[in-house]
Amino acid sequence: MLIRRRPAILAALAAVLAGLAACGSSEDKNTLTMYSGRIAPILSPAVKQYETASGFKVKTRYGDSPALSATIAEEGKNSPADLFFSQDAGSLDAVEKRGLLLKLPADILAKVPTGFRSRTGSWVGTTGRSRIIAYGPKVKQSELPDSPLELTDAKWKGRVGWAPTNASLQGYITALRLVEGEDVAKKWLEGMVANDVQLYDSNIPVRDAIAKGEIDLGLINHYYVAEAQAQDPSYPVKVHFPPKDLGSLINVAGVGVLASSEHKEQAIAFVRQMLSTQTQRYFADSSKEYPVVAGVKAPKELTPLGDIPSPKIDLAKLGDLQGTLKLMRQTGAL
Amino acid sequence: MDAAAAGRALGRRLPAAVRVLGTRRPPLVLLGLGLAVGLSAALPALYLVVAVFDDAGGALDAVLTDRTLGLITRSLGLAAAVTAAAIAIAVPLAWLTVRSDLPGRRVWATLATLPLVIPSYIGAYLFVSALGPRGALATLLGVQLPSIYGFTGAFLVLTLFTYPLVLIPLRSALRRMDPSLEEAARVMGRSPSEVFRSVVLPQLAPAIGAGGVLVALYVLSDFGAVSIMRFNSFTRDIYIAYQSGFGRTEAAALGMVLVIVMLVLFAVYARVRAARALHRVTPGAQRPTQPVRLGRWRWPALALCGTVVGVALVLPVGVLLYWATKQISSGLELGALTTNGWHSLLAAACAAAAASLGAIVVALLSVRYPSVLTRIVERVGYAGYALPGIVVALALVFFTTRVALPLYQTLAVLVFALAIHYLPLAVSPIGAALLQVPPRLEEAARGLGRSPMAVLRTITTPLVASGVLGGAALVFLHALKELPATLLLAPIGFDTLATDVWHQTSFGFYEASAIPALLLLLIAAPPLYLLSAKGSVGS
Repeated sequence: MLIRRRPAILAALAAVLAGLAACGSSEDKNTLTMYSGRIAPILSPAVKQYETASGFKVKTRYGDSPALSATIAEEGKNSPADLFFSQDAGSLDAVEKRGLLLKLPADILAKVPTGFRSRTGSWVGTTGRSRIIAYGPKVKQSELPDSPLELTDAKWKGRVGWAPTNASLQGYITALRLVEGEDVAKKWLEGMVANDVQLYDSNIPVRDAIAKGEIDLGLINHYYVAEAQAQDPSYPVKVHFPPKDLGSLINVAGVGVLASSEHKEQAIAFVRQMLSTQTQRYFADSSKEYPVVAGVKAPKELTPLGDIPSPKIDLAKLGDLQGTLKLMRQTGAL
Repeated sequence: MDAAAAGRALGRRLPAAVRVLGTRRPPLVLLGLGLAVGLSAALPALYLVVAVFDDAGGALDAVLTDRTLGLITRSLGLAAAVTAAAIAIAVPLAWLTVRSDLPGRRVWATLATLPLVIPSYIGAYLFVSALGPRGALATLLGVQLPSIYGFTGAFLVLTLFTYPLVLIPLRSALRRMDPSLEEAARVMGRSPSEVFRSVVLPQLAPAIGAGGVLVALYVLSDFGAVSIMRFNSFTRDIYIAYQSGFGRTEAAALGMVLVIVMLVLFAVYARVRAARALHRVTPGAQRPTQPVRLGRWRWPALALCGTVVGVALVLPVGVLLYWATKQISSGLELGALTTNGWHSLLAAACAAAAASLGAIVVALLSVRYPSVLTRIVERVGYAGYALPGIVVALALVFFTTRVALPLYQTLAVLVFALAIHYLPLAVSPIGAALLQVPPRLEEAARGLGRSPMAVLRTITTPLVASGVLGGAALVFLHALKELPATLLLAPIGFDTLATDVWHQTSFGFYEASAIPALLLLLIAAPPLYLLSAKGSVGS
């Protein structure tokens, strides 16, 4: 026993030390660190395109955009992140407001239309997406609501799903507060909670729950449905663009470089790659989003961007994420 | 003569310094190490207090709401219901597998303990997919089942995966019980059921109580199952507050409230354990009891065991295997699987090693050199039990971002968190093993000129090896399953099997999550085997 015991303890010690050493030496010069609010299945092929083109590696922390934005705010100048890829403009704006993003070079900014990037030039949208109401086969065309605000109606009790921790829904609520006022947003959130809105972790499970008939309507982004339809033309979930109350708000996913990054050149090269024809086409063809760069066509099956009944709203004003989160906590939506 | 016992006997008449430091002075190195372990274990709790007082006003605002009260009521309600149900399942199972002539009782006993290895978040999503409103069962029957989400689902899942926490201590209590008491009662004319009520049950009460409190503590700190079941409990709310808050005082303040609730429960647990001294009335060796003949009752008894094992073990593992084969046939990505498996293994093994080293120090101090000081170190070492994983993680995020920045988002912090969180699991078996090592052996070695550290290395450690291994295996098992602390503290790009399963299920990719989940169970198997061979699973 005496003989057997000591190697075990030594091995354990060695394992601890090896582990500590392993994490100490993980700082790699050829690696970019990215915080991503976009999920791995959608983003990682685009990241691979960058890795192949540049020879750099990207390691990514995935999470909800608002949570990552809060993390960057907490970390401040010490953030290990070089890049922040967000699912919505608001989370980027919240980071920009704290002065933590780098101003991007003019050639990058020139590629993206003004409505789809930050006014100060510190982040750019990479793709456009529209808020929609997804609906299942049990809902008749004539029943479809003109506005998300109608979903507090008793008729929809327990039949609607959303993903409250998700950036896209939060972005919509921020826009609602901005345009319709705090009271309208508050009343809506309270009404939705009272109407037994069903909670999901993210947009995909909302869509799948509609497909399975667990719920009938879902507040999500257009491409989740478009992508499923592309794979299966008989997919039972359809897209409705509600014309009123920002129901079809067009938002962007976007990316910014952290001012504290030690690999600024490479991080900027990453942004350039995201706006390249190659990656823009990937986003359009695979994840069915609207490309932002001129010359790359949107997928044919999508409703043209110009036909979506979306109000003109300055995306760069959606930075009051904190206020939205507070309101959501207050009303029990979060 | 045992100097410590002498010191206790003398009591108050000893000078203060002796009472605090004890009559036997521990070697300074050991004492220093002990204080370091104690401080480490206390760090999350201490830093949580610091973080809350940073913004005391905001913290009070966040906590003093109807919502907090609702959360406490909901969480305690769930804990009470699950505890009651777990006891209701564990008592008949324990009795049947220890005291009756149930066919295959050894096998049933092992099978009934196994659900403990299935992490509650895996159990939860398996139940959602099997019993959800549009799950497999609903499809099979062609009807829409009532929603499983909320209290029902959380209650069901947590009961099924925590009842072994009561079953294990209960079985060993039943085995240790003195049969002569029951025989006496029988001789005096009591019926078997009266004997069970008036003689057996009172003797089992401490074991049921201790196991029950463990279940309640587990439920209060569970994060995965309640999240998947969308039951808004305290831990889930802390996570959401953490995820969605700038500043995060709210999460820290809520964490404090939960810690206070858990500490109260933990104090109850310590009481129950202390009152657990069960003595045999008759002297001599333990005598095996005559198994009770079940007769016709064996069929309902078998049905009960079969149902519990079927629902808590066969069904989950079966569904996982089914998904896994479907996933394999549609192509398998081995790369991520091996990386994540290696990460899980690395983090859990490091945590187990670190916790065992810390536990050796704590146990040595408290068993060999009892004093007020060493008792404090021991108590603090147990604090990890009362701190939910999410709170430990939260405190360490605060600590590393504000005080120890170079350590931020490193594996070291994750290992540290897991080690202090599960330290008590290692202290118990090591302490028990140490109690069985005669101090005279150590004293002889000292008398022959060995230094205290050399004695520790060459005499004490080898003799407590089995306790150390048992403790390390327990920590390994728990660290492997841990979810919230891993989610919050894992370095960037350091996915483990647990976080992979979690992410996949949050996208609704159930089939893709089956293989990492199975691998997790597979890695857990050897240490579990080691533990069950020693008969100390979960003790």
